[in-house]
Amino acid sequence: MPDLLIELFSEEIPARMQGKAREDLKKLITDGLVEAGLTYTGAHALSTPRRLTLAVEGLTAESRAVREERKGPATTAPEQAVQGFLRSTGLTMDQLEIRDAGKGQAYFAVIEKPGRKAAEIAAGVLEATIRNFPWPKSMRWGAGSLRWVRPLHSILCLLSDEGGAEVVALDIDGIASGNTTRGHRFLAPEAFSVTSFEDYAAKLKLAKVMLDPDERAEHIWHDATNAAFAAGLEVVEDKGLLTEVAGLVEWPVVLMGRIGEDFLGLPPEVLQTSMKEHQKFFSCRNAKTGRIEGFVTVANNEPADHGATILAGNQKVLSARLSDAKFFWENDLRTVAQTGLEGMADGLANVTFHNKLGSQRDRIDRIEALAREIAPLVGAKPDLAAEAARVAKADLQSAMVGEFPELQGTMGVYYAKAAGLPDAVANACKEHYQPLGPSDAVPSDPVSIAVALADKIDTLTGFWAIDEKPTGSKDPFALRRAALGVIRLVLGNELRLDLGRVIHASRDVEIEQQYGKSIKSLTEQFVHDYSEAAQTLAELRALEGGDVYHINQIWEALEDAEDQTRVTREQAEQIAAAYAGRGMQVDTQGVWIIRDDLLAFFHDRLKVHLRDEGIRHDVIDACLAMPGNDDLTLLVKRAEALSAFLKTDDGGNLIQGFKRSNNILSQAEEKDGVEYSFGADPKFAEDASERTLFAALDTAEAAIAPAMKDEDFGAAMSAMASLRAPIDAFFEAVQVNTDNEIVRRNRLNLLSRIRTICLSVADLTKLEG
Amino acid sequence: MTTTAPRSFQEIILRLQTYWASKGCAVLQPYDMEVGAGTFHPATTLRALGSRPWAAAYVQPSRRPTDGRYGENPNRLQHYYQYQVIIKPSPPDLQALYLGSLAAIGVDASVHDIRFVEDDWESPTLGAWGLGWEVWCDGMEVSQFTYFQQVGGHDCHPVSGELTYGLERLAMYVLGVDHVMDMPFNDPDAPIPLKYGDIFRQTEQEYSRWNFDQADTGVLLKHFEDAEAECERILAADETDGAGRRIVMAHPAYDQCIKASHLFNLLDARGVISVTERQAYIGRVRALAKKCADAFVTTEAGGASEGRAA
Repeated sequence: MPDLLIELFSEEIPARMQGKAREDLKKLITDGLVEAGLTYTGAHALSTPRRLTLAVEGLTAESRAVREERKGPATTAPEQAVQGFLRSTGLTMDQLEIRDAGKGQAYFAVIEKPGRKAAEIAAGVLEATIRNFPWPKSMRWGAGSLRWVRPLHSILCLLSDEGGAEVVALDIDGIASGNTTRGHRFLAPEAFSVTSFEDYAAKLKLAKVMLDPDERAEHIWHDATNAAFAAGLEVVEDKGLLTEVAGLVEWPVVLMGRIGEDFLGLPPEVLQTSMKEHQKFFSCRNAKTGRIEGFVTVANNEPADHGATILAGNQKVLSARLSDAKFFWENDLRTVAQTGLEGMADGLANVTFHNKLGSQRDRIDRIEALAREIAPLVGAKPDLAAEAARVAKADLQSAMVGEFPELQGTMGVYYAKAAGLPDAVANACKEHYQPLGPSDAVPSDPVSIAVALADKIDTLTGFWAIDEKPTGSKDPFALRRAALGVIRLVLGNELRLDLGRVIHASRDVEIEQQYGKSIKSLTEQFVHDYSEAAQTLAELRALEGGDVYHINQIWEALEDAEDQTRVTREQAEQIAAAYAGRGMQVDTQGVWIIRDDLLAFFHDRLKVHLRDEGIRHDVIDACLAMPGNDDLTLLVKRAEALSAFLKTDDGGNLIQGFKRSNNILSQAEEKDGVEYSFGADPKFAEDASERTLFAALDTAEAAIAPAMKDEDFGAAMSAMASLRAPIDAFFEAVQVNTDNEIVRRNRLNLLSRIRTICLSVADLTKLEG
Repeated sequence: MTTTAPRSFQEIILRLQTYWASKGCAVLQPYDMEVGAGTFHPATTLRALGSRPWAAAYVQPSRRPTDGRYGENPNRLQHYYQYQVIIKPSPPDLQALYLGSLAAIGVDASVHDIRFVEDDWESPTLGAWGLGWEVWCDGMEVSQFTYFQQVGGHDCHPVSGELTYGLERLAMYVLGVDHVMDMPFNDPDAPIPLKYGDIFRQTEQEYSRWNFDQADTGVLLKHFEDAEAECERILAADETDGAGRRIVMAHPAYDQCIKASHLFNLLDARGVISVTERQAYIGRVRALAKKCADAFVTTEAGGASEGRAA
């Protein structure tokens, strides 16, 4: 059983692409080998910045021969049919066999595919893999047409067993396969040949290449933590950075340095971000003070001076970078001291949020208005929520966030505190963005909640109003994430919120802002140009409308004026308002459509969210059909109770009993054209089971009504569960549709009571099964 | 290979010139127009197109009006030098050639940490992109290394390898200088030693003031539109002149494109271009660059005759 070794040696592969490239190489090669009829016992892929390597163990030496027989047309068939058969089998006439096929003789093709050698198969599979490799971005180089992530220099492809090693021959765009590779670019650049994977890995290690990315990561982490420990510090864990750095070096050499005294006053997030983004340094923290005081850099070289030159160079670059960061920090603090945090936000008027939704300033104004409305619903002080909304995005204008966008929110907290704002307002700068993803924490401070909800709901209604909803996999404005954020904010804090009302309020704020702006600009126009005003007024007067009287009044006022060359500002404003008011009316009427549509979107997202928590979609539908479904907390409480109820024995059976009652009742109602909804009387009960059911319904009703009032769905449902036995016994003993019309009607009315009671808990008709 | 450390800014430039000349590059002189980067030189932008082999190296003074800091910032300048190497088709040992150039200016790879870190290059104004790296030396970016894939909307066949060295930054590192203005320009022991600041501090101040406060935006805007119109007019002209010669004027048209690009940069520095307008202006320059590229590939230097023969 030979082993297969493949190495694709190239110029530096981007670190972020190496992980997937390893998986792709392994999958494409092993799938190809298996498809061609080979089997193998194991495979693993490895990589360094300059090579992608795959080792396949225990490969079968050749594929099995395959014999295939195909029946063709009858010997009497027309020439065309025979020719077609020859074409499809790739055989010639003399290769066909004639055999008896029951109804006369027919042609038969016997196709023998001989077994193929592993080397031949591997060569074909490797060539196809290289030519079709799914790099996120690939390129051409030189005068060739081959594509690879960066120029491909050599291909090592070897089959080896106890008997020795054999190069799998292939040639791709002039790159011939061989058995040689190279070591570290600077430490061991010579080429050398290998005979097996073990030989390859061992020689690479001697040539200063650590082939296994996990080994490099472990080595880096081990040396980094040791170096930090020796300096009395600890390395701040960062798995992503570790993977990336391990993908940048073939021979990791860890070097540790101290951050200059000048920079220790910078916020730890700033130090960490600057060092990570620009230099790919790990941060080292002083556990006692919590400050970031040192860094670890990983070199790809092992110089005679033990890295003194490298460390000094890195230290110098770091100082320049941190000087920039310090400059930003001090500049920002000065701005805050001079103008307050709100002053910092001034420039946001010039930053477009979306060309149809105005500037960031417009958006902040809307969020402020909405946060003020939401505040009392979530237990926040409206003024505090409004203040938080006004400053929450101010840091977008700070120099620091301009340089490091990922520090948005984080810097806001620092700057808000520097401005002396209350903690709740400061924290909202960061928390109003949360939750950022399904695993991110949900804020619990009422001020943060109010601003977070206002921010997300403003975004949603805004994009809904301009018809930019997510479709399929396209969600460029991350609206699904915003909706899930709202859902998690509501559920996580058990907020009792009429979501429809909040959406409505949000859209009203938008409309008001939009028309406020257009009235303002129209007013200016009219003040400056009398004829525009007069013409607009004439247009309005010509329209039949509710406000004609008012318009006529303005008109008369204008005509009475001696000087008909200009309007007063007051008049201009009135005309502008009357003009804009027509559009505003249309938009206001449309709010309900947006509200309902967006609410349905929330319900969809909620279903996805609850499905992940194990609640069936029909259970949610049963609860969605109940009144008050704008209140997501109530909705989920009901759904959770119903879901738990259905998992009990009584629950499942009661649903069957309910469905049976409901079917009989519905059929009877349809047939009779009446609704049996009142007047079941125990005195017409004939059977003991009927009387028991009457009593049980009385008891259940008495228990369910108060439980529902208290929103204790669990109690309501267990009271409902007590109906199971009486309902089952009733159907066992009694025929509903008897000849006695009085008894029949009484029983139908009794079923109606079951229906009413059960439907008061959830719309059980929506349940499946 | 030179083993001694260079002593001045100009020595580093001279060593790079000598090195790349020894590797077979035509050592060109800077293009005589204001450009934002060495890539704008027609020796790169236009010569990267078409099938003709090409190898050139040159210093290109580059201007980025928004980066002006009145000569006060240790690393930022509105006028600086780039060293540019372009070889088509990219040779298989381009990385080794590049490392050789670092050795030539005294960067010994055995004591430093030299790394090729992913950095894809894109020029929205030139409609160009390529894949490559920024090269780090001990954590500092010292060069940009790119394999051109597309220029002016045309696929590059064959592919050019492009190297760009930010000369001031590289030289400061090699010479161990912290502020660009303190860097020796000529030899420190020369009879008249000159520092970078002796030559450029005053011009940085003058241009910073002009770029940020004084440039007449009305005039700049007019010049932009004139350049744009002239570029289009030149390209729309009949390919055949009065004497019946076919002469496509790709280079004169491209000059106008470069002008428009620089005028846009000046307008940007004056802060009169809003975020939304920005994209539109970049799009207008790109449209010119594409048309120039379209024209160039129909010319002799653009490899048109080989195309026709094939």
